Amino acid sequence: MAEFLQFTFSGLTVGAIYALVALGFTLIYNASDVINFAQGEFVMLGGMVTVFAAAAGIPLPLAALLAIAVAVTVGMLLHRLAIEPARGATAVTLIIITIGASILLRGLAATFFDKNFHSLPPLIRSEPWMVGGAALLPQSVVVLIGTAVIVAALWSFLTRTMTGKAMLATASNRLAARLVGINTSAIVGLSFMVSAAIGAIGGILAAPITLTNYDVGTLLALKAFAAAMLGGMGNPLGAVAGGLLLGLLEAFGAGYLSSQYKDAIAFIVILFVLFVRPQGLFGKIGVERV
Amino acid sequence: MLAVENLTSRYGRIEVLHGVSFNVNAGEIVTLVGANGAGKTTLLRAISGVQPISSGFIHFAGENIEIAPAHTRVTRGIAQVPEGRQIFAPLSVEDNLRLGAYARSDGDISTDLDGVYATFPLLFEKRRNQAGALSGGQQQMLAIGRALMARPKLMLLDEPSMGLAPILVDQIFAIIADFKQRGLTVLLVEQNAYAALAIADRGYVMETGRITMDGTGEALLHDDRVRSAFLGL
Ligand SMILES: Nc1ncnc2c1ncn2[C@@H]1O[C@H](COP(=O)(O)OP(=O)(O)O)[C@@H](O)[C@H]1O
Ligand SMILES: [Mg+2]
Repeated sequence: MAEFLQFTFSGLTVGAIYALVALGFTLIYNASDVINFAQGEFVMLGGMVTVFAAAAGIPLPLAALLAIAVAVTVGMLLHRLAIEPARGATAVTLIIITIGASILLRGLAATFFDKNFHSLPPLIRSEPWMVGGAALLPQSVVVLIGTAVIVAALWSFLTRTMTGKAMLATASNRLAARLVGINTSAIVGLSFMVSAAIGAIGGILAAPITLTNYDVGTLLALKAFAAAMLGGMGNPLGAVAGGLLLGLLEAFGAGYLSSQYKDAIAFIVILFVLFVRPQGLFGKIGVERV
Repeated sequence: MLAVENLTSRYGRIEVLHGVSFNVNAGEIVTLVGANGAGKTTLLRAISGVQPISSGFIHFAGENIEIAPAHTRVTRGIAQVPEGRQIFAPLSVEDNLRLGAYARSDGDISTDLDGVYATFPLLFEKRRNQAGALSGGQQQMLAIGRALMARPKLMLLDEPSMGLAPILVDQIFAIIADFKQRGLTVLLVEQNAYAALAIADRGYVMETGRITMDGTGEALLHDDRVRSAFLGL
């Protein structure tokens, strides 16, 4: 029982980060049909910029804000310089562009920062609480609450503001969105910026637990992609559920089978979805993207 | 109000508009008829700025707009009811209408909402429903209402009667005829040439990417070539 709880705690914590990255995937995919494999680099930037800004003497909250601002700027530039000029290119071309961007960002991070692993101090305290014999890290709770707050904030942005509705409209019918006077390329740019902010916040929240380095984005992007597919590509709530589920699968797989298989689970999930349920767990076949 | 000059447009290497020229005066209803594939939809999309053009000019309200981005053309006063309705299916009926006013800078859209609901009482009843759940005729009314929300000077309508039951077709044409009373200028594309020419001040006939005939609605209705080609008479 203690073991089960322990795996659940760690699975949900990692899963929450997958969920945030998968949510970022979904936002960009819905607005532009682009699968952004540089999504993990936003998480990396969140953690790494915070670490290095804090080391330079900037107070932690400001360092975190700076990191979010850097990620948002990178997201904007990625759209402006790489995605927008390639408008009308095939999906494969766009994927290759985002993979190229992610390699570039990783290289820049390795050069500007370093290749070591870094950590951040946890937001509240570092000694775990004991729950049913299992250790629950306070920072895990912070990650989960932070994720819930981001999901709720995004939800009210999309459903309560005109800009959010314009984003949904662009996702649902780009031609009609342009015909009602929505500047759809600005909306796609905004989706890159919002995704970058979400990823960066995830990276900052996770850094005290999972450590961060220039290369954390690579595997994270693949896993979040698996999570987004598991939940049904294009479905924001599916992305969150898929992220949490993948985190749990990994934690239980590593705990009860062998930790060797942990990273393989995401790929098994991708294969499972492709062969058994291409629309994902929560997607309907041929459903309108939201 | 609208003058199109020598407009050409292509899909890849295939040119589908070969130098189209025509004009619409303020306060008119102008109908554009033509067989399937003549290029009517391409022309309306080019006017709205969502279809690239390769040469030619589009003057609207005293300005050249052929290079203006699509969203700024809505701000200038051009709204379109596109072919196939193109509503925002997952959004509510009311959100669809509100998005119709997206390009407007004046905040007060509640009067316009009331106006659309007065014209289409059914939309008021279903304002909280998902737009995708509406019937075809209701979706067409939503698409028209959404375009009205932009408070346009010029309304482009692309086959608004397509696929509708006859009783709804009459209703839609009555509503379009009524736009004139509200001071709206209308460019109407239709395959239902008889009804469309009947409410039109003037009309143009389009064949394979060219304007081949023009005249008053009345004259075209009685033209032998139009009658045999489009009216099946
Ligand atoms: N997306 C497209 N790609 C390639 N050709 C197209 C496309 N849309 C329309 N066409 C072609 O352009 C011509 C004009 O089409 P369209 O403007 O839709 O005509 P209409 O609205 O009068 O039926 C047709 O020959 C059609 O096949
Ligand atoms: Mg057409």
